[in-house]
Amino acid sequence: MPVPDAYLAYPHRAYGSDQKRYPWRPSVDRVPIAWPGKAAVACMIVVPLEFHMLNPRGAPFKHPGAMVTPYPDLRHFTTRDYGNRVGVFRILRELKTAGLKATFPVNAALLPRIRPAIEAVVADGHEIAAYGLDTDHIHWAGLEPGVERSWVQATRTAFDRAGLRPRTWMSPARHQSFETLDLIAEAGFDTCLDWEPDSVPTPMKTTGRDVIAAPLSTELDDRLLLCDRGQSEAEWADQILEAVRFTSGEAPRLGGQVVGFTLTPYVSGQPFRTWALRKVMAQLAGDAAVWSATASEIAEAWLSASTRAQGEPRRNRAG
Amino acid sequence: MRSDPNLYDYWPYVDRPPIVWPGGKKLAFWIAPNIESYEFDPPTNLSRPGWPRPSPDVVSYSQRDWGNRVGHWRLMELMDKYGMRGSVSLSTALIDHHPEVIEACVARNWEFFSHGLYNTRFSYNMDEAQERAIIEDSIRSIQAATGQRIRGYLAPALTHTELTMDLLAEYDFWYTCDLFQDDQPQPVKTRTGKLISMPYSLEVNDVITFGSLGMTPQRYADVLKRHFDQLLEESQRSGAVMCIPLHAYLVGQPHRLGPFAEALRYISENSDDVWMTTAVEIAGVYRERYFDQTLKDISARGLATGGTGFAPIEAASAGS
Repeated sequence: MPVPDAYLAYPHRAYGSDQKRYPWRPSVDRVPIAWPGKAAVACMIVVPLEFHMLNPRGAPFKHPGAMVTPYPDLRHFTTRDYGNRVGVFRILRELKTAGLKATFPVNAALLPRIRPAIEAVVADGHEIAAYGLDTDHIHWAGLEPGVERSWVQATRTAFDRAGLRPRTWMSPARHQSFETLDLIAEAGFDTCLDWEPDSVPTPMKTTGRDVIAAPLSTELDDRLLLCDRGQSEAEWADQILEAVRFTSGEAPRLGGQVVGFTLTPYVSGQPFRTWALRKVMAQLAGDAAVWSATASEIAEAWLSASTRAQGEPRRNRAG
Repeated sequence: MRSDPNLYDYWPYVDRPPIVWPGGKKLAFWIAPNIESYEFDPPTNLSRPGWPRPSPDVVSYSQRDWGNRVGHWRLMELMDKYGMRGSVSLSTALIDHHPEVIEACVARNWEFFSHGLYNTRFSYNMDEAQERAIIEDSIRSIQAATGQRIRGYLAPALTHTELTMDLLAEYDFWYTCDLFQDDQPQPVKTRTGKLISMPYSLEVNDVITFGSLGMTPQRYADVLKRHFDQLLEESQRSGAVMCIPLHAYLVGQPHRLGPFAEALRYISENSDDVWMTTAVEIAGVYRERYFDQTLKDISARGLATGGTGFAPIEAASAGS
């Protein structure tokens, strides 16, 4: 059976992007912006706090880090729980030592479960972001109408109940439906960590206010590099520092950009990785070109800097 | 279904007649930036959805978009620095979506070949008329945008039918990047035309090295240098082809471009015996000077089996 001829129809084949959330724009045509303190690179450290339940449905796919072996998979349950009990405190300690700021997306299900960890994050002045209900509530286009809105609202309610008012949203598995941005805007979120279409923040249109996408790099994800790809701690650390070095070198022409990466507590929080964590943090902290900031600080700084820069001539396209 | 596509004859990599590239160069070297368009909400082919995860896969989509918005310009600037032109493996529809990218490549006299229309539209299950439509659209659209009559093809997302090679040959394509059996070009056994397999490589393709094999940027740079050294050594006898297939959304990442630049610098500084060129130039020279020589050598060794790719078995045996 051949594919239907409709498979050869291209209704969005026209200038620009084939989606309506943000427009097409090459990096060489954007207006360069300056970060606070004239820093070249906004460094966005993201520490995801995830609840990996013992009995996930895995719909429409298994969340990265979900259970692997037949029930009850105590091995993976406790390995992930280790991150929320031990690893996260190791990361917090190193952040404090280096004087760096981070963003902590938290599954709503964890708010009551790991309250002392949440309090420690808040006490250290980091940003708490909402990270959906848990790792088994993946937002996607196949949900029944109304279900996703109820999940977003339940997430907001859970944070309200915990006395927290996050502005930043990250979806479980960073997956979305076609409506997710509208629903999170409706629930009062103005920054999102799911999209990475540019090396600077990108305003996304919604049915309400714009949501700013702060770019978090998949290719620098610690779980991907260290666990899935089996790279060494030294190799992982070098790549983060190289990204900062390279991006910093582009600043005179392209302005300030973002380097965003994750420190997953059950990965980067392992004792044998602490030395590499310290190396990365010490170098970032000692680099005058780096502005360590949280997702919403970066979104806000970008918004005000780009408003200021709008009037200036474009001068960054190479020959 | 066939157990062997019969697209080419077995041809051992020993005692082959020499190939010398223009200017007496030993190794032909080309770079293939894949400039791809992925749809936000592509339709499902009968055999495969557009994305592994349900649409919209905002991370995968936006990362690839990043390649066109950010990575491409970095990579192009680096290739300018070493005076290296690209042979662009193009998702043809990108001409409509992002003409700025096309104009920048045309301004640098880069070559274009077709990589289908979108990298989320697969050739699986297409009938002949449908596959012809894709090929004709590619020829027409790229000619209109760049003035180039394309001579090369890399099937979208490497999805093929049994007819793909015959159709390419019929439309006077000179080379296909879809076959990985050799480090030298070889005639492809098509019903008509004069099509060759162009060494392209999945082994040093950044999707494979970074994605499937999880290499670090330094390891990839090392792989490229060693690959280059070895092919250059072997090319003293008979010229091979080295291609670096790239995707800006991967190699253009800020932690990767520096080490990759080091590999290009190395190749550039050891290029006395290297023909820095494009795929279409390699194919042109090969078709003119070495196409018949290769067929003659295969025949003289008693290795010609006749027939054409995916033709009925009877035809294959009758032709030998």
